[in-house]
Amino acid sequence: MENIELLSNKLERALLTLDRDKAEEIIRETGKENTAIIISGELVSYTLQRIGEAWEEGKLALSQVYMSGIICEELIDHILPPASPQRKDQPKMAIGVFEDYHMLGKRIIYSTLRASGIELMDLGGGLSVNTLVEIVKRENIKILLLSVLMLPSALHIKLLKEELLGIDVKIIVGGAPFRFDDQLWKEVGADATGKDTTEAIALISELIGVKA
Amino acid sequence: MITTQMTSMERVLKTLSHNEPDRVPFFLLCTMHGAKELGIGIKEYFSSAEHVIEGQLKLLKKFGSDCLYPFFYAPLEIEAFGGEVIFHDDGPPNSGEPCIKKAEDITKLFAPKLSDAKPLHRVLDTIKGLKENVRNDVPIIGVVMSPFSIPVMQLGFEKYLEIMHYRADLFDRLMQINEEFCVEWANAQLQAGATAICYFDPISSSTIIPRELYEKTGFEIARRTISRIKGATATHFASGKCLKIVDLVSQTGTAVVGVSSLEDIVQLKLSCKNKLTVLGNLNGIEMRRWTTEQTKKIVYDVIQKAANGGGFILSDNHGEIPFQVPDDVLHTISETVHSFGQYPIRQ
Repeated sequence: MENIELLSNKLERALLTLDRDKAEEIIRETGKENTAIIISGELVSYTLQRIGEAWEEGKLALSQVYMSGIICEELIDHILPPASPQRKDQPKMAIGVFEDYHMLGKRIIYSTLRASGIELMDLGGGLSVNTLVEIVKRENIKILLLSVLMLPSALHIKLLKEELLGIDVKIIVGGAPFRFDDQLWKEVGADATGKDTTEAIALISELIGVKA
Repeated sequence: MITTQMTSMERVLKTLSHNEPDRVPFFLLCTMHGAKELGIGIKEYFSSAEHVIEGQLKLLKKFGSDCLYPFFYAPLEIEAFGGEVIFHDDGPPNSGEPCIKKAEDITKLFAPKLSDAKPLHRVLDTIKGLKENVRNDVPIIGVVMSPFSIPVMQLGFEKYLEIMHYRADLFDRLMQINEEFCVEWANAQLQAGATAICYFDPISSSTIIPRELYEKTGFEIARRTISRIKGATATHFASGKCLKIVDLVSQTGTAVVGVSSLEDIVQLKLSCKNKLTVLGNLNGIEMRRWTTEQTKKIVYDVIQKAANGGGFILSDNHGEIPFQVPDDVLHTISETVHSFGQYPIRQ
């Protein structure tokens, strides 16, 4: 995409000022020369990654990352509906909150990935080991993203991993305990961790073999 | 055990006045560890004031912390609002699904009356029991969730951010209800014998909202609420960052700020100088697997960086030490403060 820096700057400004109309106008204008999948996979994905990076660097707050993701998800859903054949051909993927109901982190990653053209199931919150094992088997989930807020929940991922032994599924974890202890994801046997939206997009793109 | 001349209360008051006491005060903010001391489960432990009184006193004797912490668990106030609390065997009780199902339900919401809120009575009884034991020698820290932060448990984070940004009418009504409740709950704890109130306000942290939004929301709410709390307060961001807003935090009337391990304590101390006492900033999540040597080094480093001149209380950065942190680590923290935290601090 030409002028991606310029367009991304404009889109970022619109998102951070919660100017949904302006964001829509930028996406509509870009759509005159680009397909929906290019807009989501390049412009929107790139912009949300930059916003995620700015949060990581302490320049932006989580509420801004969340609101940007929500606006983009809604706009992209208009031009690229969930069932669109243009959406990326990918392994089956799901996201959920493990053992508690603090949904924000999960929602941010869900919105960001969907706005970037990646489709995934939202499993909600309060998920137990048994529920997840059943869903993974029934839905043939290949990539499972789990968000946790509490340390005990993070430690219980080890139990889930044990229950899923021998099943072809990658577990990617995120959330506060993993941000405060960078060795914890290995300790619980996760396949990877992502600190923010930027890392989530990069990880998923690598796993499904597309350009981030 | 090294004998010191000051009581914990004197030590803490001295540091709050931005002067150096005999040694660095330290707050081991253990909640669930009391259950281990009594050899019972976490749910049973929090079901009775007697358990928590006994647990807190045993912990005080064991580790020599400079405060008592009769904080039960974060969703206690939500329980009073009629919400669900989920207990775990190995961690803090957590809030269940939000008790306010639709944003519009805020128009019908009323704060619980303290006289009817049985879960809160256990805390008041705990404070009274602790006060009878320690009199004025050890500070007793009561806890409230800030009116601005408790909606995360009342509504869920997403719905709350949406009303914060787009529904000023509902946001204002919710804050009005929460402020009244928070002030009444804080003052009841002070009346029961709490020395000060820890005002937990993680949503105001710069990790969660930008400074401009804090200035219009969490800051004004804290100013109004804290001015009506009849005792000293400490504002805690529960691991969230606050360097960008400490100048505003100091204008809310609070005396202490709980800071994150993710920010530079030297900068924080400098920004808070003579305005706010810094409380922090040991990483509670990592603390679980610290070795003795690591613990000594980390505690020593923090003391070196932040203790000079007073205005500093060593603590974890979240306001609650995880259940998984072993006693050995807590002992080492205590021993290191006693060995290297004597004023004047040797560089």
